[in-house]
This record gives sequence, structure tokens and C-alpha cells, in this order.
Amino acid sequence: MRKKIYMAAGYNTVSLGTGRKEFHPKKPRPGIEHYIKEAGQGTLKMINGAKNVDEGVIGNFMASRFVKQAHLGAFLPIIDEGLKYKPSLRVEGACGSGGLSLITGIKSVLSDSADVVLSMGVEVQNSVKAIYGADILAGAGWYNERKDGHAYFFPGQFSNRAGAYYEKFGREKARKGLATWFKNAIENARLCETAQEHTNKTSDLIALGLTEPSPKSFTDHLNVFDCSKVSDGASAIAIMSEEGLAKTGVPISEAVEVIGFSLKVNNITEQPKDLTVLDTVKEAAKEALSNAGITINDLATIEVHDCFTIAGVLMVEALGLAKHGEGADYVANGNTARTGKIPMNTTGGLIGWGHPTGATGVHQAVTIWEQLTGIAGKAQIEIPSDRPYGMTVNMGGDDKTIVAIVYKKTS
Amino acid sequence: MNYEDKLQNVSVLGAAGKMGSGILLLTAIEMADLQLKPENQSKTFALNAIDVSPAALSGLFLYLKAQVRKIAEKKMVALRTVYKDRKDLIENGEIIDQYIDDVLKIVHTSTSIESTYNSGLIFEAIIENSDLKVKLITQILENNNNDPWFFTNTSSVPINELDTKANINGKILGFHFYNPPAVQRLVEIIAWEKTNKDLIEFAQAYAKKLRKTLVPSNDKAGFIGNGHFMRDILFGLKQAESLFDKMSFAEAFYAVNRISQDFMIRPMGIFQLMDYVGQDVCQKIMIVMRPRLNEDSLHSDLIDQLNSQDVKGGQNSDGSQKAGILFYEKGQPTAVYDPNKKDYVKIADFKEKVDNMLGALPSLHKPWKAVVGNKGKDQILSDYFNELKAMDTLGSQLTKDYVINSKNIGLKLVTDGVTEKEDHVNTVMLMGFFHAYGPINNYFN
Repeated sequence: MRKKIYMAAGYNTVSLGTGRKEFHPKKPRPGIEHYIKEAGQGTLKMINGAKNVDEGVIGNFMASRFVKQAHLGAFLPIIDEGLKYKPSLRVEGACGSGGLSLITGIKSVLSDSADVVLSMGVEVQNSVKAIYGADILAGAGWYNERKDGHAYFFPGQFSNRAGAYYEKFGREKARKGLATWFKNAIENARLCETAQEHTNKTSDLIALGLTEPSPKSFTDHLNVFDCSKVSDGASAIAIMSEEGLAKTGVPISEAVEVIGFSLKVNNITEQPKDLTVLDTVKEAAKEALSNAGITINDLATIEVHDCFTIAGVLMVEALGLAKHGEGADYVANGNTARTGKIPMNTTGGLIGWGHPTGATGVHQAVTIWEQLTGIAGKAQIEIPSDRPYGMTVNMGGDDKTIVAIVYKKTS
Repeated sequence: MNYEDKLQNVSVLGAAGKMGSGILLLTAIEMADLQLKPENQSKTFALNAIDVSPAALSGLFLYLKAQVRKIAEKKMVALRTVYKDRKDLIENGEIIDQYIDDVLKIVHTSTSIESTYNSGLIFEAIIENSDLKVKLITQILENNNNDPWFFTNTSSVPINELDTKANINGKILGFHFYNPPAVQRLVEIIAWEKTNKDLIEFAQAYAKKLRKTLVPSNDKAGFIGNGHFMRDILFGLKQAESLFDKMSFAEAFYAVNRISQDFMIRPMGIFQLMDYVGQDVCQKIMIVMRPRLNEDSLHSDLIDQLNSQDVKGGQNSDGSQKAGILFYEKGQPTAVYDPNKKDYVKIADFKEKVDNMLGALPSLHKPWKAVVGNKGKDQILSDYFNELKAMDTLGSQLTKDYVINSKNIGLKLVTDGVTEKEDHVNTVMLMGFFHAYGPINNYFN
């Protein structure tokens, strides 16, 4: 890194959708403007106002179809009049759009073109029923493959990955690992007030996670509990230089330092060589850790892109925490739980907290910022003094666009 | 004649009615699914939707379109396979739209009975009037050269009566859907000694495709469902009358409606259910049942009075409940009709007083919603009724009487030969009326 980069002043709206008490599919809900405004204002408040912002980036996947709204960059001034005439753009990389928003902000600060970037992500998906939402989200894949794809396209893609994993390494132990991932996600979400599954009261989460998949109505190898939520929500965070911290008056102790990052893409028109491996995640994580000068074992916590439980398990392996084929056991043995070796997704991840697609990458950063600065409330985990690091891995499509970022506690 | 051939040209009489529209929907889906099979591309499937009301028929398409969309959304996984060779249909939304078109193009609306003359199968879902049914069936038989089969949705008229009077020669079967047909999984099937076995075989295959559960009833007026329901109504009315020395008309009807819902853990009170079915329909069913069963008590002056005052209940075209003996706001009863005053009396004005007279619900009470799908419901209900049994309140006494009477009605259906099995009575009430427990139970032995 040619200069120090910090993140601070994170803010998450509620992740709204099934599971939240205030959600009713047939009743009016807040629009995308509401979420942009709430998250943006949340962060502005912590950095002493819009005057300190040099530019804005909004990560968003498919507002043009979900809510028939494109041109999101120009929504920045609705957050605050003071943002009018400032640079702002929208970035897109499917469910990795939030990560791209962070990367864009980091690069702006690195290039000296900005000291303070308001990085945001937003998505409103409950505007259509899930069966039509599946069409929209399928845009994260190659259009030429849509015709032969599953009705629920992405659940279908990851069901194929799960099927391959079951076949290669054993179904029973794999399902156990996936059910444990689900259990951890819900238990962590219960500790976070903005999480979609915050009030989930199911007593036997493993039994629920082990529900047999129903190929007739859903996919061959995954059940609905293996899937992330359909969510409306936004997240925001300020990306700053040292000068930016000084300008906004944010004490360094309330920020995290970005010490490594990586953005990798894979060919969207090609099928994975091995369905049981997330190659691009592997590459991006390796590069981000190498840039940061640390190893995976130095991390205190990781936020991974568990759009499906199988993605969580495959990420564990791609990050090198478990050998190929042993990720399910690694999870089932409690290593990724909040009290385990390496707590993951401590506010629930995409399955427990929610997955407003374009916002997820930013939400992950906000969670790591909360954990490393000790303000995660009930969801707070212990950050060992010899491992003051966190990492986020945000994924667009089926292992196609990956953003990995490594963070360091500042005090 | 095989299953598919029999479904190539079908008519539904009374297609725009509450039951007819549901039967039409389910049959249209089944026929479209057959039409979409590659081997049936050259065949033409036609479903005639016949009703006397042109206005209702035009509204029928809106209903069908909305319902077919819901069904298509639910079976999207299968539909992607059905349309796999249609390269122009990529997204779920495009496939769903195409499926709706494919279902609707099978349906042809008409106000003319002549449309049935080419049909091999005719569903009859007109009002409960035996003479009218016989007249229409006779006319069709005189003009239809396809040796048609008749499936009647009658919930009360004996099949042997229609068969004999219209001279159908065994080619009629009682196939009684529950309301709404698209949702309710129960179908009562009624044959008599002359019923052609091919019809029964076809009915079993058709019900299986529609994922319906068939419960056989013997050919006695009212069959199992109305055999229980009509007598249950009459008991409710009698119980309300028994309270007139303590309460006003409206208060008594509110009390019994509450007993038969909250205290008995049923989905709706007996008078709300009457309104749901329609006071006019209840009246017609009793008119059919009373003489045929030679049971004078199957009659209610109050129901006659309500109908003469045009207080009929039933549903609006959007599915909302029309006012009947109860008045509804947001689907909940808020007033009771007093036929003497010819006006509604607000429940809020006397609710507290009557609730106090009835006494509290047992502490173990759970609402119907929390019980009906609960795996431990047997224990929940047993504990609940045990507690209620030990109570000495007006509410508990009325409930005991009602539950015991409901059981006696069920047992009477068996002794009267409407069915051989107590289980059949319970299944009909559980599935057709969404009760949480069958009427033939041991809660108050």
C-alpha cells in the first residue's frame, strides 16, 4: 500500500424481508431512496457531515430491474444537500457490487483523488416474488446459460456444487456441515438487531438445517434454509486517508486500517473446472493476505460470502482453513462458530443477517469494523491481541467477481 | 375410452359460480398439462365454461388468469422442463406468461347449453335444485352423441335420483369438491349401485392428478359433509334460542358463534360458516335433505326468515365476506343481524357483558391456528378439553353440549348408513371443514 487507508463510521439499515416482524409482503415498504438516505446519513453523522465527503460510490446490482431504477450515482445528494455537485458513481459486479464500492473508494483514496469516500451498497429485492427475483438475480450468470438453468437459477448453480461435493466427499457429513453453518448463522443473527433473522426462535436449528431438499419445488441438493435471504437494505462506511481522519475528526482508534485487498474476476462464460472448488476466491484471498503481509492464521474473524451454506463450506476450503473435502467437518466441529477457532459471519452473514445483494460487500466491512473497534454490542467476539486482523470476502456470481479485503485493528 | 380422450372436450355448467369456477380452474390446468405433452400436440383440448350470467363469465377470465399465475409460480421447476424446447422462452416470467396463455386458450365461455353437446365429460355445478339439474342433464343427453359422463358437484341431491329421473344409465357420479376447490384437498365421491365403474376409475385418476383426497359417501341426501354441517347448524340455532331467557337475540348469536369457534377451537364460528357458505345455499340444502331423509327437523324458520329479508351472506367477487347473520369488517364479525329489528347490532356494545357471562376460556386454550397444524395437537386438545370438562361456567357447559352433539351427529351418519366408517366422517370434517379434530372423539366420554 502506498499510503495508509482507513475505514470508519459504518452503518447498516435493517435487512428487511421474511423473518422481520415489520415485513409484510402485501403491505407498502420503504423504497430504495429510503435505504440510501438512512445508511448515508448514518455514516455522515459519524464523520461530521457531508462537507467532509470528497466523493461517493454506490454499489448496486439490479435496481434497474427490481425497482426499475438505474442511474443510482445521482441519488447521492438525496442523503444530504451538501453532497450536490460532488463526484458519485454506481458500480456493479452482481452480488459483489458492495465489494466493488469499497475497492473503488480505496483506489480513489490511494490515488490521492479523495481523502474521504462515502462507500455504500444498496438493494431492494422484495419488490417481486422470489420466482421472478430468480430471473433478475440470474443476471449474475451468463445469459446464454439461463435457458438451461434451474427455475431458481443461482440456488440451482450452488445445488450442483453441493451435489458434486456430496458425491466426492460424502453426503451425510456434508449435510451436517451445511446444517451447522445454518445454525451458526441464525445464532449470530439473533445477537444483531438489524439482522433479518434477529427474532428467529427455532429451537432445533440443526434439524431444520437438515430438512431434506425438495427437487420438485426447489433444488436437488439444497433446501431453502441453505439459502441466503431475499432482502432490502443498505450499508455505508467512510473510506479515508490519514488526512481524511483528521478532517472528519474521527479518532484513529475508532477506525480500522485496510492493509491488503484484491479484486479478481474469472471468465463468466466458462464453467468451473471443479464444482467443489472456488478458484477465484482462492486467488483473491491469497493475494489480499499476501499484500497485507499476514497469513490466514493471523485473522481473528472473517466475513465470507455465504449466499448458500455450501458456499460457506467451500470458502473455508478456498481460504486454506481446511483441506479440500474437509471444510464440512471443519464447520461441523465448531471451528467457524463465534466461540470457535476462527469466528465467521458474526452478525449472521448472508443467511442470518440478510443479503441485500448490492449492499452485502459493504455490510461485511461494517461488521469487521464493528468487531475490530469493539462496538459490535451483543455480537461482539473477542479479538485476540496477537491476531488483530479481520477479512471480508465478497463474491459476485458463481465465483466470478471476488473482492477480498484485510483489515487491522488500530489500537 | 382412456383418461386423456375423456378430457379432450369437457364442459362445466355453472362455471362462473363459486364452486364452478374452481372446478373450471383445476380442470383447465389438467387439460392444458395434457395438451402440452409432446405426444398431444396434434390433439385439441377444449373446456367449455357455461353459465347463465354473461357478466360473471367475463369476470371469470380475470379470476382464472390470477389463479393460473399462482399455480404456475408454484410449479415453475416442472414448467421449465415442459417448455425446454421453446428457445424464445428464457426467463421464469416469460414461461409463466406463456403457460397462462396456454391454459386460457383451452377455455371457451358460453351462456348456451348447446356448448356441451360435443363434450365427453360434463361437470355440473349449478344450484342445489334437483329438478333443474335433471332438466339440463336430460336436454344434454338428448343432443349429445358422445355418450357423455356427468360429474355432479351436488352436496345434497342423491345421485340415484338424478340418474333415474334423467335416465343417465349409470353414467353420473357425485364428485363433490369443497369450497374453494382450488385449495381444499377433499372431494366426496358418491356412487350408487348402477354407477358405471369406468366413471369411478376415471374419477380416481382425475383426483390423483389434482392431488385430491377422495372420501366415499353413500348415496344419502346431504352425504357426509352436509349431513354433519346442516345438523351442526341446527344445533347452533337451537343453542342460541336456549339463551334467549338470559340474553337478547344478537347477544345469544354472538355467544354461540364464539362457543363454536374459540371454545371449540374451530376455524370459524358456526354462524360465520353459515354466512361463508351462504344462507341461501344452506336453505336449499335443507330443502333437499328434509323430505328425502324424512327428517322434519332439517329445517329452520330463522334461515327462511333471513333469506326472505335478503340477508344471505356469501362472498363478493373479490372473495371478501358479504354480510349475513353477521356483519364483517376486515373479515371479522363486528355486528349481529336481528331479524326482528331488521338491523345489525354492534358486537362491541355487548361483547364484554356476554364474554363475562360465558366465563373465561380454559387456561390451556390455544387458538385454532396454533393447534391445527401442530404435531402435538392430540395432547394439546386432550389437555384442553380435560380442563374445560372440570369448569363450571356457561361457556364450558355450552361447549360440552356442542362437542357431544357434534359427535352424536357423526355417529348418526354411520348408523344411518351414510358411511360405514367413523373415520370417513372425521376425515371430511378435518379436511373439508378444516377442523382441528374429528367430531367422533373421546373428549367427553
